[in-house]
Amino acid sequence: MNKIARVPAREQEPAARAANFEEVCYGYSVEEAQREASRCLDCRKPRCVAACPVSIAIPEFIGKLLEGDLRAAAGTILRDSSLPSVCGRVCPQETQCEGACILGIKGEPVAIGKLERFVGDWNIENGDKSVAQQTAGRKVAIVGSGPAGLACAGDLAKMGYSVTIFEALHKPGGVLEYGIPEFRLPKQRIVAAEIDSLRRLGVVIETNTIVGRTVTVDSLMNDEHFEAVFIASGAGLPKFMGIAGENLNGVISANEFLTRSNLMRACDERYDTPVHVGRRVVVVGGGNVAMDAVRTARRLGAEALIVYRRSEAELPARAEEVHHAREEGIEFRMLTNPVAILGDERGWVRAIRCVRMELGEPDASGRRSPVEVAGSEFEIECEAVVMALGTSPNPLIASTTEGLATQRWGGVVASESGATSRPGVFAGGDAVTGAATVILAMGAGRTAAKAIDEYLSTK
Amino acid sequence: MEVEAPRVARAALPGQFVIVRADEPGERIPLTIADYDAAKGSVVIVTQTIGVSTRKINALEPGDTLLDFAGPLGRPSDFVTETQGGLCAKRILFVAGGVGAAPVYPQVKWLHERGVEADVIIGAKNREMLIMTDEMQSVARNLYLATDDGSAGFRGLVTELMKELIDNRGQRYDEVITVGPMIMMKFVALTTKAYGVKTIASLNSLMVDGTGMCGACRVSIGGRTLFTCVDGPEFDAHLVDFDEAMRRQGMYKTQEERALHKCKIGL
Repeated sequence: MNKIARVPAREQEPAARAANFEEVCYGYSVEEAQREASRCLDCRKPRCVAACPVSIAIPEFIGKLLEGDLRAAAGTILRDSSLPSVCGRVCPQETQCEGACILGIKGEPVAIGKLERFVGDWNIENGDKSVAQQTAGRKVAIVGSGPAGLACAGDLAKMGYSVTIFEALHKPGGVLEYGIPEFRLPKQRIVAAEIDSLRRLGVVIETNTIVGRTVTVDSLMNDEHFEAVFIASGAGLPKFMGIAGENLNGVISANEFLTRSNLMRACDERYDTPVHVGRRVVVVGGGNVAMDAVRTARRLGAEALIVYRRSEAELPARAEEVHHAREEGIEFRMLTNPVAILGDERGWVRAIRCVRMELGEPDASGRRSPVEVAGSEFEIECEAVVMALGTSPNPLIASTTEGLATQRWGGVVASESGATSRPGVFAGGDAVTGAATVILAMGAGRTAAKAIDEYLSTK
Repeated sequence: MEVEAPRVARAALPGQFVIVRADEPGERIPLTIADYDAAKGSVVIVTQTIGVSTRKINALEPGDTLLDFAGPLGRPSDFVTETQGGLCAKRILFVAGGVGAAPVYPQVKWLHERGVEADVIIGAKNREMLIMTDEMQSVARNLYLATDDGSAGFRGLVTELMKELIDNRGQRYDEVITVGPMIMMKFVALTTKAYGVKTIASLNSLMVDGTGMCGACRVSIGGRTLFTCVDGPEFDAHLVDFDEAMRRQGMYKTQEERALHKCKIGL
């Protein structure tokens, strides 16, 4: 039986980190990583691998790590994932690999995420930096440089294809760059480094190129001779509630708030882009994006609180993010739903009017649906409101690609392998499923890479 | 300023804009397209220094590089999908204010190249603030100028000149397209409403990404919230909530800046 307790990862003190954008978790040292690695039972039928959307050979890499062969450990992970340092930080391990770990039945599962992160970070520092031989392979275009696009690009490049990623923004990474904050996922040290490793495989990234405007799927295929296209444009369109006062000054989407702070680096005073928080910020929503927004607001110096219409048990955010937010002094107002935003005489937010909720019968999602408590309206004073209510796919590509079937809510219709209604055009990630996780998008990217290879091999 | 951007130049149509970032710490700012040449692979932008970002852009010398130049963004003007016969039957008046003359030029030029002649009013504070008058002269049927001090053309506001043209000079218009400061477009819309003339306004809302991702540019159009970057930038001017749009435009001006700000184009 396993006697060693799960090795905790060292973290910045909550009081200190609530005032800076440095990474919260320091990760493991070699000794800590090996001690944690020794807890793995090396199961014959590893349930963790089956629970990983990209099927990383988890016991194998942990075994190599335990032997001290970090290069081999990295090689094992990189067979299936090109972004281990990213995934080790942002995957919901508790519902995937770690959630399936046998040790978790009676005690705590192996800290697979922290071990992956350790190996990934080691690889960024010490791994192979050689540049792959450029091959004049068949041309594949990828729309979007987020997790799905990057994963697909990596696999296709390894298969010998000549891959170009078209990115609408000025920096590659998609949500890794504009959405997830620095304190959870360092941009330069981690995101840029892992993207550079893809460039060394021969992947070309063209930024500032909006597919659907600068070029179209058709012009890429007809004029620029790409033989296949993978649409990985994500779910970037923010949702609003449709309540009164939503266009007041100081009400912004979480996408805008996080893009200003992360991509545009408004959190760094050397940058020109402004961001408004005021003295008190209300973030509406309970997902990971809401946690990222509220913790960013806190670090920008505001008193920050979450307003969520269901109860704690229904919070869709990862447990670790909620825990970290609480430690940093974030207040949670559960079972509270906004009904209107109130402005001052200059048209700026002065308060948000909410109503208390109670849980009723389970709804279609299986979660108990919240019901308003009559006559329970009250106001919370604030100077900014951030709406973190989810996102939907951008219609730009669908509307400019003839014959590309979409769902009524905007998602691109794609088979399990990623094939769309157009021959040679594949799609995956949030553009197909609606907003989900980094790792599911990566899984879809890998599946599509295989399907694109099969399609082009038989064409 | 002429910018080498072959893909943008090839794809650009009247009514669209670009997002520009001058340097690494710089903001992404939307700028209208003043001309484009697919064969040369270049796009012309016109900027007036009103803040940090425009100052950086205007400080560039020939041969320098803009760090980022993305586009074309937004929906092209509605008229690019209309038939030539339909367009020829229509009397169109463009009303431009200040640097708003820049994006009007490719619109009038596009029409002119297809045999459709339109009238143009360019308004500014004084003669020195007028831009693109020669270019416009070469593509417009009639070009009218309006300056606050009368140093060029009509002395007065563009709205007064519009009334003068319609009431006293026998001009009749089926459609007005206006580009300029929000406050000017608001009053153009009020003026044309009284005459019952369909009016399109091109809004210059604040933006970050310009692709529909952030919602900074939301505007109320007939009570519906739309995004200027992907649903616009052109909207039915009679449905635009200009007061809200103006208030939202000032969202990131500090109190101090607001107090110090004196409109440089005289509005």
